[in-house]
Amino acid sequence: MNKTKSCSCACSGSVTLLVPCSGAADTGEIADRAARKFAQGGCAGMFCLAGVGANLSGFIASAKGADRLLVIDGCHLDCAQKMLAEKGITENIIHVRVTDLGIVKGKSPATAERIDAVVAELGKRLTASL
Amino acid sequence: MLIQILGTGCPKCQKLEENARQAAQELNLDFQIEKVKDLQQIMAFGVMITPALVVDGVVKVAGKVPGVEDIKKLLVK
Repeated sequence: MNKTKSCSCACSGSVTLLVPCSGAADTGEIADRAARKFAQGGCAGMFCLAGVGANLSGFIASAKGADRLLVIDGCHLDCAQKMLAEKGITENIIHVRVTDLGIVKGKSPATAERIDAVVAELGKRLTASL
Repeated sequence: MLIQILGTGCPKCQKLEENARQAAQELNLDFQIEKVKDLQQIMAFGVMITPALVVDGVVKVAGKVPGVEDIKKLLVK
């Protein structure tokens, strides 16, 4: 099964979904690429935030059914977290903001070093929540 | 009413089907239950966690197995 786009069975243990904002800015790109890299480790699966925005019942039910959502916003606008909240999804959220890691929006191309910094933060936050 | 149970056949999927059937019967609904085990079909619903309960094309719950009384509420909504 592809680890970046998959369906998980709740029988196989806890389910963590990665929800990057995937915004247009460099920090949005970093959020997206860090999430995809983190997903390759197998601890969490990529989630389609656009499906929630489109009001598709399968995505909304999946977000509500996950044990935890690792939400990654690129900047202080927190679009991903707010989009989830708009659909009543406010529980079991671990929120990581790229700009809180010293990465400046509009001045930070998505380099491997920056992506790795976010991946490390995701690992730290997820581990702390277990 | 079409009730679909999405999942690959794990114990939770079986329990969800059992609960959904009991809920629909207790409500005296005219229903049919269909099991969807194919992963591509499951993902076509936008479901990323199984088991999932779909009622007339709308995904009501995913990744959880609600009890009979909770499913009754989902069926009449």
